[in-house]
Amino acid sequence: MPQHEHMERHRKLHGVRMDHEERTRKKEARLVHKRSEFSQKVHGIRAKIYQKRRFKEKATMRKTIAMHNERTNTHANDEAVAEGAVPAYLLDREGVSRAKVLSNTVKQKRKEKAGKWEVPIPKVKPVADDEMFKVMKSGKRGKKAWKRVVTKVTFCGESFTRKNPKYERFIRPSGLRMKRANVTHPELKTTFQLDILGVRKNPSSQIYTNLGVMTKGTIIEVNVSELGLVTTSGKVAWGKMAQVTNNPELDGCVNSVLLV
Amino acid sequence: MDIPTHSTIDDLQALVHSLIDDDDEDDEKSNNKSKGIPYSFYAKIERKNGVVDEIEITNSLLDFLKEYKNLVSTEVTLQLTYQPLAVFKVRPVTRCTATMPGHTEAILHVSYSPDGQHLASGGGDTSVRFWDVNTCLPKMTCKQHKDHVLCTAWSPDGRYFASADKRGTLIIWDPHQKRKRAHKQYITGLAWEPLHLNQGRGERIVTSSKDGSCKIWNVRTKQALITLSGHTDSIEAVKWGGEGFLYTASRDRTIKVWTAKEGDVLGKMVRTLKGHAHRINCLALSTDYVCRTGPYEFAPSGRPQRIFSEESNDEDAVQKAKYQAAVERYQAFRDQQEGDGQKERLVSGSDDYTLFLWHPTSEKQPVKRLVGHQQAVNHIQFSPDGRYFASASFDKKVKLWNGYSGEFLKTLTGHVGAVYQVAWSSDGRYLVSASKDSTAKLWAIPSGKTAKATLPGHADEVYALDWSPNGASVATGSKDRTIKIWKH
Repeated sequence: MPQHEHMERHRKLHGVRMDHEERTRKKEARLVHKRSEFSQKVHGIRAKIYQKRRFKEKATMRKTIAMHNERTNTHANDEAVAEGAVPAYLLDREGVSRAKVLSNTVKQKRKEKAGKWEVPIPKVKPVADDEMFKVMKSGKRGKKAWKRVVTKVTFCGESFTRKNPKYERFIRPSGLRMKRANVTHPELKTTFQLDILGVRKNPSSQIYTNLGVMTKGTIIEVNVSELGLVTTSGKVAWGKMAQVTNNPELDGCVNSVLLV
Repeated sequence: MDIPTHSTIDDLQALVHSLIDDDDEDDEKSNNKSKGIPYSFYAKIERKNGVVDEIEITNSLLDFLKEYKNLVSTEVTLQLTYQPLAVFKVRPVTRCTATMPGHTEAILHVSYSPDGQHLASGGGDTSVRFWDVNTCLPKMTCKQHKDHVLCTAWSPDGRYFASADKRGTLIIWDPHQKRKRAHKQYITGLAWEPLHLNQGRGERIVTSSKDGSCKIWNVRTKQALITLSGHTDSIEAVKWGGEGFLYTASRDRTIKVWTAKEGDVLGKMVRTLKGHAHRINCLALSTDYVCRTGPYEFAPSGRPQRIFSEESNDEDAVQKAKYQAAVERYQAFRDQQEGDGQKERLVSGSDDYTLFLWHPTSEKQPVKRLVGHQQAVNHIQFSPDGRYFASASFDKKVKLWNGYSGEFLKTLTGHVGAVYQVAWSSDGRYLVSASKDSTAKLWAIPSGKTAKATLPGHADEVYALDWSPNGASVATGSKDRTIKIWKH
């Protein structure tokens, strides 16, 4: 045991070693290992005394940690009222058919905020005519070149029949015709496969719209009657616009986002 | 008596009037009285399996014969019986007269007071609001609740108003604003004691909760009288019947009947009604309407028949008069019911898509199992005279049933979303239904199969519905945070 304050005195007179800080740090770091070694080795009454002391130390440690945590702990808020009130008869019925429910209020808010013609893909790369159409040679010797084959995915109505070859200027290959589209509802985050009703607008050209060509960014009309959307007058909404989000001719399917 | 087959209900009515006049010509008073009463007519037919049925004639005899031509021979005498209908006529509601904003969250419950003078609503914004019926303006906003207000109920004498919230708190608003933590979990239903029982004190209320227990409270002494435990799962509906019994329906697939009569032990379980295969959602009693409106009866003009002055100093006398009136009304209602129907009838609807008709005061076995719905049944209501009941289901349909035998009458199709609630007009000639498709629809009973009118305008699901007892207006509460009032 040190007699008097000779350590402090020496330190005051001569200062500390250059590497004092480092040595104390290392010593402290080694302490846990030393302690553990001791506690594993010790037995008998000494072990009992040691264990008891250590238990007390740990208890105070836990308490201090809890005290420090108090500041950052999150407490259950008793005053908070849950969102989305439902009547007693619908409580505990979540998940039955809630997925299809559309919040009209949210819809209205969106409408007020956004411009009327805001669409998911605002800028569309125009498609040139020579990319869209392939020239088809015709005539006995194949020297006439007034026929065009559409190289993109098209939508033809239910009752479409091809014209007589003499008058058929644009050929829409049946392998590239699509009747159904995968439509994602942006608020519900769910995707449905719905029938296409028509092509509303192909931003590249009016001709493409008339031909029913679907490229990326095209606005199509889809049949949403099975989603159960209702207008305020209580009628079932069945035609809604959607915008194509992929390149259908490359993917072999039409993916789109519903415009709400 | 020989009647031409093309005679309509009006002709038959005129015939009955003239016959009754002949019977008591000397009594001038009863003459005048009987003249105004409309009647409905029933024809007795025998079905192929030997069951004798009474079928209502809705238009003319010819139509009836055409419809049932393979059952009714034109060679035999057809037996017709007549039944009096309500004198009082409610005009169909067709237009929206007011939209009342105020709530800042979905509206979960609306209720008219039994005298039709007050309207109260409870919403998801934790407030209870009272509205002026005549001017359609807010009267009071009460913010004592701490959670969504799920149910509201007026006492039959109109003195008290109770509301319950999702946190299990019950508040009796008038005259004592006293908050009470009634249950551990949310309260699913409230029912006041009918006024004609318990000597017209009308101060007891029963609450049912998700925690599987029911409690009876005395609102004057602010005491919990008894807790009814016995159900093993959440109780979904509670009713206080006119015969002094309590009925509770639970998710554990049983209905329990408890005594609550004066002189009996309070809250003794009498019988358990078993039959449903899935959770029970709702109950309806044939006496619901007469118990709800207590002493208030309405003359043909829609004005109350008896006026109880609220300002009168002699409160006891007023209360006594109300009690007398309630007893008389209930007695008159019972006398008007036919045969077996004198017993109180209970209908329960469940998630197993069926309904059961019971005579809960005497029997344990169901009278009939009613099938037809294709989805869970959410709400049932008896017509005020107990002749029909309508059930609303998630399968987008309302079905109409005979109130005595439980026989299927009609499917009312037209809604494009799940139907949440139905409400009868006080004369039993019209029905409104509220649906998820943001509309309410009005149906003429029993003739109409398609809606007589659609009440559009809400921007979201219609959660709450009530028809004023004086027949003047319908209130609908919606998720779009507004209440709409509909009038003729």
